[in-house]
Amino acid sequence: MLNIGLDILIALFILGGALLALVAAYGVLRLPDVYTRNHAASKSATLGIMLLLFGTFLYFLEDGHFNSRLLLGIAFIFITSPVAGHLLSRAAYNSGVKLWEGSVQDDLENKEKLEQGK
Amino acid sequence: MINSIVIVALGIISISMLLLIYRVVKGPSVPDRVVALDALGINLVGVVALISIVFNSFAFLEVILLIGILAFIGTIAFAKFLEKGVIIERDRDA
Repeated sequence: MLNIGLDILIALFILGGALLALVAAYGVLRLPDVYTRNHAASKSATLGIMLLLFGTFLYFLEDGHFNSRLLLGIAFIFITSPVAGHLLSRAAYNSGVKLWEGSVQDDLENKEKLEQGK
Repeated sequence: MINSIVIVALGIISISMLLLIYRVVKGPSVPDRVVALDALGINLVGVVALISIVFNSFAFLEVILLIGILAFIGTIAFAKFLEKGVIIERDRDA
């Protein structure tokens, strides 16, 4: 009885993670500029793969094998993936990639002028 | 039961990797391609986890940490190259 419940939990984690990764890829395909694409890729893909790794962890725990590398992988992806997304967005902005035409506000537009005025 | 679900999840993840590869090929600017490559690396971690369930072996789980670290370092290097033009800067007083 307990095993069937745990199996269903593992299946939910794995399928949910895979579907979130698919949603992230669809966002990267469809969104209009690099910043919105980065928003999709660095949040949904991270959560999806973390769920998938946790499902894998539960699967091996069911066999009586506690695998600490999977927990380390979850923690590492949780820490590093948003940092990589932030650095990529900043590099894209500083190398002059344009925002989407529908964007309303760009707070960094007059950055050079403001810094010189100081 | 779990094996068939893992096969389905592998199919879903391979579809998402194909969509990301389309973005890598077509992406109008270089940061677009790097974003898609970063997401590809993270999806690859999930593929390794699912493959280790299919094989029912925990010998591949170190690969997860390794791919995570390598994808992070590669993305950082690309971001720094796009922003400054160099990856490792020289000494200031040299």
